[in-house]
Amino acid sequence: MRVNGVEVEADCWEGESLLFALREKLGFPGAKNACEQGECGSCSVLLDGILVCACLVLAAQADGHDVVTVEGLAEGDRLHRVQEAFLTAGAVQCGFCTPGLVVATADLLERRPDPTDDEIREALSGNLCRCTGYAKIFDAVRMAARDGSG
Amino acid sequence: MDILTPLSLDEALALKAERPDAQPIQGGTDVMVGMNFDRLRPPALLNLNEVPELRGWSRENGTVRLGAGLTYTEAMAPDLAAVLPALAEAARTVGSPQIRNRGTIGGNLGTASPAGDSLPPLLVEDAEVECASVRGVRRISLGEFVTGVKRNALADDELITAVVVRPSGAPQTFMKVGPRNAMVIAVVSLAVSAGDELRASFGSASPRPVVVRAPRSEASSFPDRVAEAASPIDDVRGTAAYRRHALRVMAKRALERCLA
Repeated sequence: MRVNGVEVEADCWEGESLLFALREKLGFPGAKNACEQGECGSCSVLLDGILVCACLVLAAQADGHDVVTVEGLAEGDRLHRVQEAFLTAGAVQCGFCTPGLVVATADLLERRPDPTDDEIREALSGNLCRCTGYAKIFDAVRMAARDGSG
Repeated sequence: MDILTPLSLDEALALKAERPDAQPIQGGTDVMVGMNFDRLRPPALLNLNEVPELRGWSRENGTVRLGAGLTYTEAMAPDLAAVLPALAEAARTVGSPQIRNRGTIGGNLGTASPAGDSLPPLLVEDAEVECASVRGVRRISLGEFVTGVKRNALADDELITAVVVRPSGAPQTFMKVGPRNAMVIAVVSLAVSAGDELRASFGSASPRPVVVRAPRSEASSFPDRVAEAASPIDDVRGTAAYRRHALRVMAKRALERCLA
């Protein structure tokens, strides 16, 4: 499979999830492991450009496909505008949910450059923040949308 | 464990005949949960992601053929939502965007949970399930396909290939009760269509699919009939009494919405 544009190979146990392969075999710890049942969104990545929970993709299913993790969003030393916005808005508390939320937000803004609050709410409904810092997260998404349109 | 990844439907059916013990996996939203929690250890996994025949949907002689690999996100898209609006509404209530991007109609039927959100809207449209094996293709009504809680009529060598619907064009809607609007397994759900005949089917309120039918002239007694047709249980998500009550309220509201 290709991860963040680079062809990689991993020797996996057959039943392994894409999340486990990314974190434990391929050195991409950005996607976080929490619920392992698709409930929390911490492991959100893009599979062929589609937002998915890496814990629910069989690693073997990603064979021959493109995966983008949170590590792949920045360009060199320049953070993605969603990452910048999360920093500026103070949308990061403990930080565990942040990678998943950043990937989900980047995906939303790709499809909807100027989302309404309802659209933000629906797009991020699968990403849980146990610190409950949702107000700042909303600020960050709106800020990133403005930065993108400017 | 073996991973089998066929590249065509013929190859998939041949592999399933050869390895009837292989667990099919499409979106993984059910199967991978079982794998991750050590609850599921099949001798083989049949990865259907690379079978193009299972993707998308098409129109055929007045019917709509939904490939088993049709995702909830695809079922919500405007072109299909115009044909099967209650299914699109139900799809939108499934999980989160991440889950809807991966979870499929075929997987929902394979799992055959009474809480499966795609079942009620397909049942009120008299959907048929297309099952295929190397022996041939057969179609079973969805009501007969689901034989019990998480049980279906698939033979060991068969795969679900499609769901076939003749869209009624009737006003229809789907409703679901849960603690929040996202990431909810239905406490109870309901699909209603209001054509010449009123039809209702519910989720999380009976072990097997039920379709309640009544002439349009009996709309006033319909909510009671829907509630009476259910056989809900008490569980962690709600009580039987609450589910029956909610069904009556939802059926009344659904009819108001459809007949407005």
